[in-house]
Amino acid sequence: MGLKDGISPSSEALDAASRWEATEVDLNTVSYNGEKAAENLRDEAAEMYDSAHQLYNDQFEEELVIRPLHSGDIYSSFQFRTRWDTDFFQKGKKVTDYRLFPKSLGQVITKFSVRELHISFTQGFWRTMQWGQPFLSAPPGAELWVWFQDTVPDVDGAWKELTNVLSGIFCASLNFIDSTNTVQPSASFKPLGVGNVTNHKFLRYAVLPREIVCTENLTPWKKLLPCGSKAGLAVLLKSEKLFHSSFHSQAVHIRPVCQDWQCTSTAWELRQTLSVVFDLYTSGQSRREWSLFKMFSRTLTEACPLASSSKIYVDVTDNSQGELFEQSPASPILSQAVVLGDRRTYSVYDLLTPDTFGTPRSLNIQLRWKTSDAAAGLRPLLHGERYVAGYGLQTGEIHTLIYNNHPYRAFPILLLDSVPWYLRLYVHTLAVTSKNRENKPSYIHYQPSKDRLRPHLLEMLIQLPPNSVTEVTVQFERALLKWTEYTPDPNHGFYVGSSVISGLVPSIVAMGTNSTQEGPLFSSFFPCKEESTYFVRVYTEPLLVTLPTPDFSMPYNVICLTCTVVAVGYGSLYNLLTRTFQVEEPSPSLAKRLANVIRRIRGVPLL
Amino acid sequence: MAAPLTLVLIVAVTIRAVLFNSSLAELISERVEVVSPLNAWKRVVEGLALLDLGVSPYSGDVFHETPLIIYLFHFVIDYADIVFMIADGITAVALYLAVQDYNKGVFRKQKYALEADRYPHDCLELIRTPKEMYYIPLKVALFYLLNPFTILSCVAKSTCGLNNAVIALFILSTIKGSALLSAIFLALATYQSIYPLTLCVPALLFLLQRLYIPVNVRRPSFWLFTMQYAFMFLGSLSVIVCLSFFLLSSWDFIPSVYGFILSVPDLTPNIGLFWYFFAEMFEHFRLFFICVFQINVFFYTIPLSIKLKEHPVFLIFMQIAIISIFKSYPTVGDIALYMAFLPLWSHLYRFLRNIFLVSCVLLACSALFPVLWHLWIYAGSANSNFYYAITLLFNVGQILLVSDYFYAYLRREHHLTHGLYLKRRDGSEATLVLK
Repeated sequence: MGLKDGISPSSEALDAASRWEATEVDLNTVSYNGEKAAENLRDEAAEMYDSAHQLYNDQFEEELVIRPLHSGDIYSSFQFRTRWDTDFFQKGKKVTDYRLFPKSLGQVITKFSVRELHISFTQGFWRTMQWGQPFLSAPPGAELWVWFQDTVPDVDGAWKELTNVLSGIFCASLNFIDSTNTVQPSASFKPLGVGNVTNHKFLRYAVLPREIVCTENLTPWKKLLPCGSKAGLAVLLKSEKLFHSSFHSQAVHIRPVCQDWQCTSTAWELRQTLSVVFDLYTSGQSRREWSLFKMFSRTLTEACPLASSSKIYVDVTDNSQGELFEQSPASPILSQAVVLGDRRTYSVYDLLTPDTFGTPRSLNIQLRWKTSDAAAGLRPLLHGERYVAGYGLQTGEIHTLIYNNHPYRAFPILLLDSVPWYLRLYVHTLAVTSKNRENKPSYIHYQPSKDRLRPHLLEMLIQLPPNSVTEVTVQFERALLKWTEYTPDPNHGFYVGSSVISGLVPSIVAMGTNSTQEGPLFSSFFPCKEESTYFVRVYTEPLLVTLPTPDFSMPYNVICLTCTVVAVGYGSLYNLLTRTFQVEEPSPSLAKRLANVIRRIRGVPLL
Repeated sequence: MAAPLTLVLIVAVTIRAVLFNSSLAELISERVEVVSPLNAWKRVVEGLALLDLGVSPYSGDVFHETPLIIYLFHFVIDYADIVFMIADGITAVALYLAVQDYNKGVFRKQKYALEADRYPHDCLELIRTPKEMYYIPLKVALFYLLNPFTILSCVAKSTCGLNNAVIALFILSTIKGSALLSAIFLALATYQSIYPLTLCVPALLFLLQRLYIPVNVRRPSFWLFTMQYAFMFLGSLSVIVCLSFFLLSSWDFIPSVYGFILSVPDLTPNIGLFWYFFAEMFEHFRLFFICVFQINVFFYTIPLSIKLKEHPVFLIFMQIAIISIFKSYPTVGDIALYMAFLPLWSHLYRFLRNIFLVSCVLLACSALFPVLWHLWIYAGSANSNFYYAITLLFNVGQILLVSDYFYAYLRREHHLTHGLYLKRRDGSEATLVLK
């Protein structure tokens, strides 16, 4: 069993206490009088919640995972999950009664017959080599991929409308998604929820690598939460702190999931995730310590009253004996979870238990390091890098390096590259080499670009030999565009979205394969089919490529000059075509002509 | 005469073989002056690679060759160097034979005219002698094979060389008087790049002249032969197009090849007038100017054929030159073809007005193309206007060259009927002007 986290707090506490004797658990702590009333209110709310849950079949869970990274940074990952046991596509019945599930998204699902929707907004780049693997990766900028129901007749039309609607919902430039940056990956993006439609005709994928993520995207995202940013973990999400970070990524994932382990009926799951990496090491006066207050300039006072579970996990795997850092308040519960192929230990703060907040009713988790030197972390097993080689503005070469850091196991990965049409890829120059030998991809799906219509799509299945670097190179030619097609600052260059590397990476410990089993949210996103492998998606850096530019200041001059040259051609040929050769008779000079005029008046013979 | 031609061929092949095996070959094949999106070898290889991947080469916007080219190189991809050298050889030999035959005809006509005493008596200077005409075919072959433009085009494996070979074979079969072969090769050339369509008028005029059928719309024999030729041309064109359809069983190649030539979506710089003009064009005028520029190529056919209806071979030269100046994706290979005809008009030399200036402009521009390209693309110290300026000048040079030859041709014809030393009414020496 990979997941040992219980459902109800009391049983979990007891369970944990029996396993971890060192931890002091006192469930009988006396509550103060002042808190009694609040307690009663909370109980009432919980009762109401239970009855409502019976009625509406929906539940809301929130959690925050805090992981100290080996580089000294702090990775905080929020996950909010709303699950609703309903069917949006029931015949003859429209879903009108929304409780926890945001109505705006529910309507989008119904209107556009969406089966799965994944959208992420990311500012900054996740440094896999320093920070390890994130729970949910996302490329810089905005990423959107949607599976439509197989009943949708015009997928492109629905996609166009959907992006415009989402653009409004999230205050983002998703309306810039059009056919020139949309692709239909054939293998890299499989549905994550239940269902058996795998025809990639109904899949659309687009990345906007230049999208800037800021407060205006965070506010609508927070509004989708049942408690908004008024209560629960979302209180911590203050934009002035969140955007003062090394990495910020927020996402919304909607998918159908099984209601129970038999999977007789489906439920809709909405996961809102937000990951942020703070560099407290350098901003904290060279002392390595952090607290919720330092990170978010807020402390927690209560869980969201609508939440059925509200927990904070702090990764203490490296600190099993308390030798690295000191944690306060000490957590009563420890939990283990297998995540990303590794068994991690977390200390858990359950916000639904009033004791967690302590006496001033404020939870401010603090970690204070005893030593200042950072431990060397494990290298992530799968890692990707990308860069543009070559000089000049005529041609270039895209190099993608894929690292397999596993000492003895080879595993296959899917590489997806979506390159805009103005970098004309030459697929005959595609070369895949591992350990200085050609590594022929066992599957290549290539869709060439159409000028101003669609991008290149290159998907490959590559077997990565153990402990190796695989290099994928492909040459391209830079196109000269029409002057109106350049971005406002053309010499800055054009962004090319990240490559997507999806792989089943060998796991060190057995993975849980039961997706319906309750576990921490962060460990249960990607469905796991086998115990020995786990699914990872890695995004490489986006590329910035400069293109040759025309002179934007002189369209009139160019039109005039070129037309002049054409006119010179026309004129000289016209001249020769219409005129004939004649002997030139000298015309009399001006003085002579004047004299003749006078002579004519005088009636004298002309000269 | 065969021995010098063989020698020229051997020299030409040696130069090409040396360049193919040097490191310059790769550099040359990337030059925008030598290859265009339409005929770059890299794109042919890409098309074949796409075919190997099971993707239609026309589904993307990289490959714009015709299906017959794919089919050809599907088999001879490994011997591409040899194919391009052979194509150049065929062009040179075809031009050699065609010019030889044409000169014989010219000489015969001149002899009849002399016997009939049709030339004014002071025109003896203009009469062409067998001695000067003897080396013209060889010079034409030499001009084609050893022209640096042809060599560059061949080393870059630009499929322009193949189109030139087809056009040369068309000229040869026309001059030899074979209407069927002429129509077939013309259909093939048209199929490859549309523009040679305008050559059907001079071919028809030449064949009519050869059969002593006067160009007269009231004569049924004129119409009969015109219909025959049009039928042969259209028939072979439709056979070739249908064959292409059966090769790939799709019509995708029509928009991808002809749509691409006519609508100019790829603005990669070249030596022509289109790329920068349409990069800087206002969007709502684009269609209008594309029509204007494309009509420009076809537009001169009718007035030129009226003016030059007695001289169809010169009309072929004029048409090829106009195509290579005003086509949408010109390369130096196209220029090389009409430049090969220049020795044929060496007797016009005394009437050329600004040949020195034009040759200087063309030479200077050819040298400046790579320099300004380097400054713009690699050094970053110049911008696109520099390269654009040189393309403008190069095209002005070409236009002046062509119109100068046209002027000289017309003037010589005028002198042949009116005498060389014209006098004014008052007896003083006269100057000729166009009025």
